Amino acid sequence: MAKTLFQKVWEAHTVRKLPNGQTQLFIGTHLIHEVTSPQAFGMLRDLGLKVKYPQRTFATVDHIVPTNELKEPYSDPIAQEMIEALRTNTKDYGIRFFDTTTGNQGIVHMVGPEQGITQPGTTIACGDSHTATHGAFGAIAFGIGTTQVRDVLATQTLALSPLKVRRIEVNGKLAPGVYAKDVILHIIRVLGVNGGIGYAYEYAGTTFDGFSLEERMTVCNMSIEGGARCGYVNPDQKTFDYIKGKPFAPKAADWDAAVARWASFASDAGCQYDDIKPFKAEDIRPTVTWGITPGQAIFIDEKMPALETLNAADRQTAEDAYAHMKLAPNTPIKGTKVDVCFLGSCTNGRISDLREVAKYLKGRKVSPSVKAIVVPGSQLTAIQAVHEGLDKIYIEAGFEWRGAGCSMCLAMNPDKLVGDQLCASSSNRNFKGRQGSQTGRTVLMSPLMVAAAAITGQVTDAREVFKV
Amino acid sequence: MSLAQINQVKALALAVPGDDIDTDRIIPARFLRCVTFGGLGEHAFRDERTGPDGKERAHPMNSAQAARIAAAKQGVMVVGFNFGCGSSREHAPQSLWRFGFTAFVGGSFAEIFFGNSTTLGVPCLTLSKEDLAECDAFVRANPDVEVTVDVEKLTVSAGAKTWKADIAASARDGLVKGKWDPIADLLEGADAVAKTAGGLAYVEGK
Repeated sequence: MAKTLFQKVWEAHTVRKLPNGQTQLFIGTHLIHEVTSPQAFGMLRDLGLKVKYPQRTFATVDHIVPTNELKEPYSDPIAQEMIEALRTNTKDYGIRFFDTTTGNQGIVHMVGPEQGITQPGTTIACGDSHTATHGAFGAIAFGIGTTQVRDVLATQTLALSPLKVRRIEVNGKLAPGVYAKDVILHIIRVLGVNGGIGYAYEYAGTTFDGFSLEERMTVCNMSIEGGARCGYVNPDQKTFDYIKGKPFAPKAADWDAAVARWASFASDAGCQYDDIKPFKAEDIRPTVTWGITPGQAIFIDEKMPALETLNAADRQTAEDAYAHMKLAPNTPIKGTKVDVCFLGSCTNGRISDLREVAKYLKGRKVSPSVKAIVVPGSQLTAIQAVHEGLDKIYIEAGFEWRGAGCSMCLAMNPDKLVGDQLCASSSNRNFKGRQGSQTGRTVLMSPLMVAAAAITGQVTDAREVFKV
Repeated sequence: MSLAQINQVKALALAVPGDDIDTDRIIPARFLRCVTFGGLGEHAFRDERTGPDGKERAHPMNSAQAARIAAAKQGVMVVGFNFGCGSSREHAPQSLWRFGFTAFVGGSFAEIFFGNSTTLGVPCLTLSKEDLAECDAFVRANPDVEVTVDVEKLTVSAGAKTWKADIAASARDGLVKGKWDPIADLLEGADAVAKTAGGLAYVEGK
């Protein structure tokens, strides 16, 4: 019988059926970070349990690390306490830790792929909702709560129910200046922020086939913003090429067998989907959010929705959004003044993002009214960027070049908005208060659109600013 | 591990309206800067409850009703659709539970929030859109009437009203049997786990 990748991975990792009807699912790869793991280790100690498969858990530190302060102890004692707790826990239980001193630290969803830990046909869990990112490699990857982190540490399994599979098919070629970020923002806008509840999203079609692994990661990353706990792209030659030679990739003797195994996990021709949603790449234009959910988005040249065009429930959220964003219905978002520009995050903090923006940024200057920061998602990305001289381009343009981490995506470190500053951001969430100020405002967009905002001091169309 | 059987929750209720209430709103990220869940209760919905000037805002969580629930350490929160979306932080249900909420009734719940709540022994039941509107209105009009969230019978009732409710069968089973924390079951499967692991080349380092 023809099967989806989801079904094949699920079956390969099914341990047994639990008394409550759920599946005990083996989690082949477990990623942890400093925010959602300490309580789990605490529970483990309280219950007197050990870590069952310490070699299958990998740790890094990303949320709380300052990006402009490399020396410890950090000026923030809580950050220091959290990083120390992770050091103690990983040491006590024999877990590999990509610490800040290793040169391999970074956002957990960048470290997995960079190390070759993220592989097709595997199950990956992490106490972080953007774990869906790893689905770009054809893995079933999803976010879990802290008690579930305990479950994985203690048993390397979780109690779960299978998801339905929705195939999201995007065909065609994106116009110049339109990026993977625009594709996923558009999908969420159309299907809604709760449209994916109960589903895994399979991203397919010629547009995704043409995407690099980094572009696929950008799309899979935001599956959760559409309500889908995980999203994936079927593995192909590009996937295998990306993994080859990475530190944790299968070595010479095992490589061919691994590739054959990985390829066998791809969804079969003729398999049944619970739902299929088609999109045309040509229909997608640069997209920005105007509200307080990632689904409240428009093309850059559109007007924000008039309240009377919305149904009752959407209208209530929109009224709340307009009040928070200090924006007016039925007006263009283009031209809105920007105070801060943030280029980074697990959505768009990878080397290809930094390269693409640098290509256009050369010789341009950040508006004096704007504070612009660029935060490479990982130390390896930062090292590569410096090697290519990208840091100089950013610094000359007026960006602050920072160390690796989550930074202003969720502002658990000192990188925060102040007051009602409006931030043009390449991150994934525009929730109220997300960027560290209760009244702060976030407009989500692609990295190049962030750069255009930095230069003009406004939400604007990058295609015009950079003659794309 | 012996856990309470949660067949029903009977308690005062508080309506917290709105769809797509994300976990950043329930517990802002700055309160995640901690290594235990202790003390999170007082910060539930902090930025919705307190303005940038430090003054209290009009919010259901600042009401006398919320204070009664906090004192009783039991309460039902009536919410909208897609409640608990966004970040996977268990700190969100932990903060509401520590505040005093022991059950949620809504239109729909984000999956990770639902799972995190269930594992705390806090049932999340859904009602149809129409019934939810009626329940919400009833709760606002009758703050002194206790609401019964019946996990076993799959109903939510208050006064003379009873609404048909739903919850994932596995969650219902776990709650009513006192097995809402799956750790005991997961540990029991150790031999089967080893067998599955043995069949996975990447786990074996190949």
